[in-house]
Amino acid sequence: MEGTENNILLHKIFRIEGGDFTNAGSISDQVKTILKKAGFPNKIIRRISIAAFEAEMNVICYANRGNLSLYIAPDFLKVVVEDEGHGIPDINLAMSEGYSTADEKIRELGFGAGMGLPNIRKNSDEMVLTSTFKQGTHLEFVIYLDRQENRLPFE
Amino acid sequence: MRVSDLVKSFELKIRAGKDRLLEEVTGGYASDLLSDVIAHSRKGNIWVTIQTHPNIVAVATMKELAGIILTGGREPDSGTLQKAEEEGIPILLSPLFTFELVGRLYRLGISGMSPC
Repeated sequence: MEGTENNILLHKIFRIEGGDFTNAGSISDQVKTILKKAGFPNKIIRRISIAAFEAEMNVICYANRGNLSLYIAPDFLKVVVEDEGHGIPDINLAMSEGYSTADEKIRELGFGAGMGLPNIRKNSDEMVLTSTFKQGTHLEFVIYLDRQENRLPFE
Repeated sequence: MRVSDLVKSFELKIRAGKDRLLEEVTGGYASDLLSDVIAHSRKGNIWVTIQTHPNIVAVATMKELAGIILTGGREPDSGTLQKAEEEGIPILLSPLFTFELVGRLYRLGISGMSPC
């Protein structure tokens, strides 16, 4: 995956507390605000917001704590989410639509549909997920700004 | 069909977004699982749910939905109303349960999307 050092225009780190349902969604909100102010096309903002929201909720629902980093570069946007927690024992299973390990409390709030990771994959151009069981999970996703499908016809 | 037509037809209570009732309704989606709504709702849909917390507004904003109808007489959390006013998302209440309300919406011409 592209883009780690030289060409980053903005790098911002947000802290996420596991189990903090009161502030759920606040980080993806902030990401959206930053991208709006920067003047990105709506379609790109929508895709990144959805993917960031799902990633943020995954940390809140399943991990002890984590960080979400937003990187803005001239030709891509990247989000990296690292968490400490019990990790994902079987990533293929976690990626399949409808599979969830959510408990009753999480489901009551409307999370745990087993759609979060598939939604992140759908709303990004590239996604990498790795996890160490009982340690944590590392997720990265990228949206390329020069791709035709990320632009509206008149842009 | 506009959101205001639904308000009139089903005597929905308006709890937020009263300035946004002229939005065109493109169809409907009913689900209480947020990621399911993110995956399957379409722009301009009316969303029927029993969830009342502020994240429903986040989902509706991201998906550019026409509004949210809370069923079974549920009231939104105060944080939900504040966020809905900020984002301009109508929050509407119906005393009917989801199945009944969706049936009546369908009869009025609001349909769901076919799976793609």
